[in-house]
Amino acid sequence: MNRIWKFIGTGVIVLASLYLLQRLLAPKYVSDVVEGALIAEYYGEEKDHDVIFIGDCEVYENFSPVVLWQDFGINSYIRGSAQQLIWQSYYLLEDTLRYEKPRVVIFNVLAMQYDEPQREAYNRMTLEGMRWSRSKVDAIRASMTREEHFLDYVFPLLRYHARWSELGAEDVRYMFDTPRVSHNGYYMRVDVKPAENVPEGRILADYRFGDNAWTYLDKMTALCRENDIRLILVKAPSLYPYWYDQWEEQMEGYAAENGLLYINFLELVEETGLDFATDTYDGGLHLNLSGAEKISRYLGEALRQEAGLADRRGEAHLSQVWKDKTEAYERERERQYEELHSPAPSRGD
Amino acid sequence: MLFTSYAFPGFMAVLFLLYYLIPGRFQWKLLLAASYLFYFMAGPSWLLYILTTTATVYLAALRMEKMGLQQKSYLKAHREQLSKEEKKAYKDRVKAGQWRWLLACLLLNLGILAVVKYSNFAISNVNGLLRAAGSHRQLGFWDIALPMGISFYTFQALGYLIDVYRGTVAAEHNPFKLALFVSFFPQLIQGPISRFGDLARSLYEEHAFEARRFCFGLERILWGYFKKLVIADRILTGVNTIIRDPGTYRGAWVFVGMMFYALELYADFTGGIDITIGIAQALGIGVKENFNRPYFSKSVKEYWRRWHITMGTWFTDYIFYPISVCKPMLRLSRSARARLGENIGKRVPIYLSSFAVWLATGIWHGASWNFVVWGLGNWVVLMISQELEPLYARFHSRFDVQGTGGFRLFQVLRTILVMSCLRTFDCYRDVPLTFRMFGTLFTEHNWQILWDGSLLGIGLGGVDYGVLLAGLAALVAVSLLQRGGSVRERIAAKPYPVRFLLWYGLFLAVLLAGAYGIGYDASQFIYNQF
Amino acid sequence: MEDLLEILRDLHPEVDFETCDTLIDDKILDSFDIVSIIAEINDCFDVTITAEKITPQNFNSAEALYALIQELEDEE
Repeated sequence: MNRIWKFIGTGVIVLASLYLLQRLLAPKYVSDVVEGALIAEYYGEEKDHDVIFIGDCEVYENFSPVVLWQDFGINSYIRGSAQQLIWQSYYLLEDTLRYEKPRVVIFNVLAMQYDEPQREAYNRMTLEGMRWSRSKVDAIRASMTREEHFLDYVFPLLRYHARWSELGAEDVRYMFDTPRVSHNGYYMRVDVKPAENVPEGRILADYRFGDNAWTYLDKMTALCRENDIRLILVKAPSLYPYWYDQWEEQMEGYAAENGLLYINFLELVEETGLDFATDTYDGGLHLNLSGAEKISRYLGEALRQEAGLADRRGEAHLSQVWKDKTEAYERERERQYEELHSPAPSRGD
Repeated sequence: MLFTSYAFPGFMAVLFLLYYLIPGRFQWKLLLAASYLFYFMAGPSWLLYILTTTATVYLAALRMEKMGLQQKSYLKAHREQLSKEEKKAYKDRVKAGQWRWLLACLLLNLGILAVVKYSNFAISNVNGLLRAAGSHRQLGFWDIALPMGISFYTFQALGYLIDVYRGTVAAEHNPFKLALFVSFFPQLIQGPISRFGDLARSLYEEHAFEARRFCFGLERILWGYFKKLVIADRILTGVNTIIRDPGTYRGAWVFVGMMFYALELYADFTGGIDITIGIAQALGIGVKENFNRPYFSKSVKEYWRRWHITMGTWFTDYIFYPISVCKPMLRLSRSARARLGENIGKRVPIYLSSFAVWLATGIWHGASWNFVVWGLGNWVVLMISQELEPLYARFHSRFDVQGTGGFRLFQVLRTILVMSCLRTFDCYRDVPLTFRMFGTLFTEHNWQILWDGSLLGIGLGGVDYGVLLAGLAALVAVSLLQRGGSVRERIAAKPYPVRFLLWYGLFLAVLLAGAYGIGYDASQFIYNQF
Repeated sequence: MEDLLEILRDLHPEVDFETCDTLIDDKILDSFDIVSIIAEINDCFDVTITAEKITPQNFNSAEALYALIQELEDEE
């Protein structure tokens, strides 16, 4: 009996201490590289969304779900992450379908350019936040670079074991619970850095998208069709990475072939009223809040007309939820302007 | 599958589980299957080499044994008829027959080793000669991968064959058992080189699970990983920075490189052996020790008795003795003593045969002139210290320092320094460069790098040095403790919470301070390629 | 036996070869010593100790070594 207790006690101590170590050593993504926290935040939401966005930074920095709610009564969420590769988007969609069935899925097509796993750091930020499921396993297997191991995902402690030398106060404070960093997946930036001298794209040897990318786009289309979900392809208006005409042709072709709506915001600068002197915070790579709100308004209109999404602002519970979200959104906006030492422009101008 | 891959502990866990679940009589068969699986995963085509060696050694040993048995029964049957001379002539004939089998098998297997390991070395030398002769013709290099552990298993198999020839062990009749002896996987990567007489019995025996022995094995494995991951793989970054850029890292850097490499090699090699012996112990199998705290040696001679012991004894038993006591050598000894005087003449055979041994040791370590020079460098140092012995004796009769702590420390440091100097041949690209780099030690006066912060610029940061210092302290402490007997025994006598804290602490040290995973190259064991 | 002891004492005057039976185990004789001894024995007794006879058992004591010499003398 004594021996059994000794055995159990040892096991408990070992497992508990390893678990605590893992929590302590894993990056918290709170004040630095907040992109890493985006994917996990979804699971804390009430899952009753009309629209789910999937894709890379071109979704989570360029579309504002708050605007879609405020102006159109559309309940949306962005499952975006840094350099989200198309198979990751696909498996994130699979993952999302375990919880809810949105009416529309919006995929940003920039990721079509990648046919192979790219960088471990970005893989981490996309995959770690996912809850364990078949989809996560498949996503990891599809994403690993040569030097990665599956086990590093199962036990992140193995990956982050060396972080003990760079631990900070945040690692202790946010060991179990991290504050929300996004607004339904939207990462807000209010600062401005005008786009000047955007470089032309390098000449590529081959403009055709890779087989792997096509395969996952096909899978995504099929999955949406099976579940009666309207798939909409978008290309955000980011000036860089460069979007080639040849790529555009292929996307237009695919959309036409499969009867999908494809919106290229690069071609809608006039319609959206986008101004790259004021609406980007990093010289045209990503939009700032003002830019994101502009194209969100355009998108909301398109969703209402094309997808026939109804205005849900009358739903009491949902309104309450969005009231809180909007407040947090406004607070964050104020805070950022304060940090920049400039008054927040009043709403409505 | 490297010891430091994630797959390896998984492989071990499955093996341990199966090993103690199946009936004991199947245990050695499981080990054989595991060894071949291990080898297959490293390189499927390499199986051909190890199978050839196993088969030829197996058959030659059986053949020699049969001849010996025939001789016995013949002599027994004709005991009365044969005169003493006739008996001796008959015995000599049989011995000669056995010798031919031995020689054929040795030549074949050493031939295989030579071809796969030394072809490109030979080609590069021929090319060098061609160039020197003014020819523009150059031979192409041969694209062949060195089968994993070939130097180790070839030597182990040939040791067995020679032992059968000498009659010190009986030939193994079960080919699968011999196959296990040749391929026993923990030893495949970097030794030790076991003798059939030492290993065979415990390899084929049935082993019931014994908690204490099993734990001791795991503890040893853990300690091996500590040396390997926390110390060796961490300092490797610094070593590589220094030796791969000889243009920048000169003078005092060469010294730093030597010292870092001394630590790296020790931690890597002994750590690997700890893992090997630990695995064997957990399986109930006794593998001979390969190290005996070599850096505490007071002379180079002693160092070579304590470092890579199984290789040293292999060379002594199978090369040094046969050469130095063969008849021509004895004749040479006699005539040398007659001509050169008792003192010098006596040493001629020793010097000649140890020259052969060190040449072989050098070339065994690697197919390049670096290793030849390294091997002969060891020989020169050993011979000089042998010659200086009378001088030492006179020194000690004059000054009574022998046995004092200070003098012992001096001897230990001297040995480490001499060995480190020799090992520079192991580090740099070629022999002339090594000599040049060694020369900069005396011409370049940049010793300020030791304290001006330059050491932080070779890929090792403050944290790395902190970990390395702590790791080194642990190594030294354990080595000192070992002088008073087994450290694991003493820990085992402590109360459970203490034991738990110690071993779990070591585990956490490996887990957290180990240099593994992304950002750290999964560096191969240094001895893997030998 | 006396001849053998003389050979051994020549090499290591400090060792008591008549009683010591751990010459190899305690590393009193090293490989160089062993080769010298074999050469001297070859001279003095006219027997050849081959490499396979070099075992700890045969070299651990003067007595064992003497027994080996006698055995070889018988065979010659």
